[in-house]
Amino acid sequence: MRSFQQTLPELESRGIQVVAISVDAPDINRRQRQKLGYIYTFLSDPKAEVIRRYDLLHRSAGPKGTDIARPAEFLIDSSGTIRWVNLTENIAIRARPEQVLEAFERGEQATPQ
Amino acid sequence: MLIASMSAGAKKSWNWSLWIGFLFALTGFFSYTFFAQFPITRDFPWANLLLFATGGILLVLGLFRAFGKPRVYRGKILGPILAILGIFMFGFFSYVFFYVLWQVPPSTGAPRVGQKAPEFTLSDQDGKDVSLRDLTSRSKAVALIFYRGFW
Repeated sequence: MRSFQQTLPELESRGIQVVAISVDAPDINRRQRQKLGYIYTFLSDPKAEVIRRYDLLHRSAGPKGTDIARPAEFLIDSSGTIRWVNLTENIAIRARPEQVLEAFERGEQATPQ
Repeated sequence: MLIASMSAGAKKSWNWSLWIGFLFALTGFFSYTFFAQFPITRDFPWANLLLFATGGILLVLGLFRAFGKPRVYRGKILGPILAILGIFMFGFFSYVFFYVLWQVPPSTGAPRVGQKAPEFTLSDQDGKDVSLRDLTSRSKAVALIFYRGFW
């Protein structure tokens, strides 16, 4: 997530908006954003409804056995269509911004505007 | 006799290799949060395993010294204790890294490439409602990052 903050200017210059989603409450997100210096949007899904809809629920993996999101990354174009998905098999291995940029460039080449 | 053994004890050399080895193992155990900042040492814990390996070699060397040359080096009691602690730390680290972190649900029902992303509306960090439609209409693309949370 830090790497997405570091690459944010480059991502935004191509028109890519970065949005993070977790079960954390808005005030936790606000604090964490300030503390870590992240400026992209953090969305809060405390009941894991959206996480469930995307089939990304990791049961009992949170504190006190609560359900949380497993790490996953999507690139969605302006029509709402998914252009790229990354479902890691290891919690510690997350997508890198370069992968998102690469997927975005591929999409741009395939559909010139 | 007592004086002789005491003076012999005092003359024994510090078994540095035990302590430095243990220090390496300890660093290997606790330094992942630091190495997680860099993709190479995050995706596979090369740095931590190297620290553990160095620590292991030094601890074995220290044990050989303590038990092989007990008149020269100290560490017959401390050596095995530090070595066992080192083994436990390595075992726990390996368990987390090579088992626990791989326990991720398969998410076979997750939306796929080419499909429409399921619509949603959620609160942002300021409590303001944001929908996926808002996000996609505002930009060329949206990188949606689901993460475990800080709690």
